[in-house]
Amino acid sequence: MIRLDCPYCGLRDHEEFSYIGDATKTRPAHAGDASAEDWFDYVYIRDNPRGPHQETWQHIQGCRAFIRVLRDTLTHEVLATGLPHEDLSAKSGGAS
Amino acid sequence: MAEYSAFSLLRHALTGHKDWRRAWRDPEPKKSYDVIIVGAGGHGMASAFYLAKNHGIRNIAVLEKGYLGGGNTGRNTTIVRSNYMLEENAHFYEKSLQLWEQLSDELNFNVMFSQRAVTNLAHSDSQMDAFARRGNTMRLNGIDAELLDRKQVQREMPYLDFSDNARFPIYGGLKQPRGGTARHDAVAWGLARGADRLGVDIIQNCEVTGFKREGNRITAVETSRGDIGCGKIGFAVAGSTGHLASKLGMKLPIESHVLQAFVSEPLKPLIDTVVTFGAGHFYVSQSDKGGLVFGGDIDMYNSYAQRGNTPMIEHVVSAGLAMIPSLSRLRILRHWGGVMDMSMDGSPIIGKSPIDNLYLNCGWCYGGFKATPGSGWVFAHTIANDAPHELNAGLNLERFERGYMVDERGAGPYPNRH
Ligand SMILES: Cc1cc2nc3c(=O)[nH]c(=O)nc-3n(C[C@H](O)[C@H](O)[C@H](O)COP(=O)(O)OP(=O)(O)OC[C@H]3O[C@@H](n4cnc5c(N)ncnc54)[C@H](O)[C@@H]3O)c2cc1C
Ligand SMILES: [Zn+2]
Repeated sequence: MIRLDCPYCGLRDHEEFSYIGDATKTRPAHAGDASAEDWFDYVYIRDNPRGPHQETWQHIQGCRAFIRVLRDTLTHEVLATGLPHEDLSAKSGGAS
Repeated sequence: MAEYSAFSLLRHALTGHKDWRRAWRDPEPKKSYDVIIVGAGGHGMASAFYLAKNHGIRNIAVLEKGYLGGGNTGRNTTIVRSNYMLEENAHFYEKSLQLWEQLSDELNFNVMFSQRAVTNLAHSDSQMDAFARRGNTMRLNGIDAELLDRKQVQREMPYLDFSDNARFPIYGGLKQPRGGTARHDAVAWGLARGADRLGVDIIQNCEVTGFKREGNRITAVETSRGDIGCGKIGFAVAGSTGHLASKLGMKLPIESHVLQAFVSEPLKPLIDTVVTFGAGHFYVSQSDKGGLVFGGDIDMYNSYAQRGNTPMIEHVVSAGLAMIPSLSRLRILRHWGGVMDMSMDGSPIIGKSPIDNLYLNCGWCYGGFKATPGSGWVFAHTIANDAPHELNAGLNLERFERGYMVDERGAGPYPNRH
């Protein structure tokens, strides 16, 4: 069992959460001048790192908030949790 | 060379099985090769085998960071089928199934391909409609399919839940009689012996850690056993594709996820086919040793760990019990995980890459074992000719940029939903 520290509810089993995915992807603004390449990158392309990964989870069976998690994809160790737009990359101990 | 027969078994029994010959060599890497394949799973081995056999290229190495077949090839639930609907998938997987049908002969190695049929269950009228459509499409493509009604399913699989209080009543099923299972290790071993005999060097304990580049070409791979030069290079590393591509600064429409598989304690013959649940994710067959081999969903979060988590065990087992309640007192003997290369549309990528002499074979999701011979066949063609075979032309990497998804399930660009 992975345990995630929800900023609102505290430490909970990951079973209470829904996995949303890579948190580093930002949706291009509709009104902006995003190119087809920008959309392609947002929709389809992933870093898919073996190591620390910033990801969005939703506390679906708790407060229902979206949270950000920095988790190692090789060891499943949770390195940090935070608010959805918090950049946690500095907490990975060097790796991105 | 090692040949297996009742006679040779008997002969070796007399000498205490001490002088069996190696089935394939264990060579030191040469300075360079015409073609390097990274990854000695089924796909890498089949690619090398067909490169040598069909295209006459003999100066080939397959580099493997661990041991032959130790990746997903040796970790999967071995279901083989070709019940696809979309044009790009249907003909490719059917070719692969046809290759399976002759593989034991071709390799003179029993891969234990058992065409015991694969049946997907339907639990609603709309699911029956969808299966009728899929079955018709398959038959129009020359692929075998039979739509079964509830009575027919009950006759073939009386152990399913046909009671009045079944949570998901069975309406019928779609059966592919030519589908079945194969012996995963035997596939890796048979292909290895076949490729080795054609001169292919299989180099185990040799991890590719980086690349030497000149212009838009890879001139050599850096490995744990030194640098090795290459004319052309193919990746067949399944769940490690993202990690390996990152060494080239290449990003792909792929995420790595962990999928678990399970084996129960052995029991007398109960399930003589492959059957899949239609109301949850569960698929099961029975091995020759008697254990039920089954699986379900991936764990859902990105993972490069070859081990899964406990909540998914409960999830898979509860789906299984909804389908076959009589399994409730069975014990699980073993479970393990493999790292899946989940693509953004659920279909594989086999073809050229943005780098001139690099070819990609990845994105297999839950279902690459069945593709093993077909994947090798078309990947070898692609590498030898620097152009795809007609069977993998539609499974190219550019389709994502063009918005031309091959999304069999219609699940959208969410890799963990395929
Ligand atoms: C639990 C589970 C159940 C499955 N069930 C089915 C099923 O029922 N039917 C089906 O069709 N498919 C199934 N699959 C999928 C199927 O197993 C795979 O798609 C298929 O076996 C992939 O074969 P491969 O040769 O591409 O990869 P692998 O067998 O994983 O081989 C890749 C090899 O590359 C090596 N490698 C990785 N990185 C490097 C490196 N840097 N240098 C050198 N070598 C490297 C690895 O060690 C590995 O041996 C399942 C998978 C899993 C995990
Ligand atoms: Zn919460």
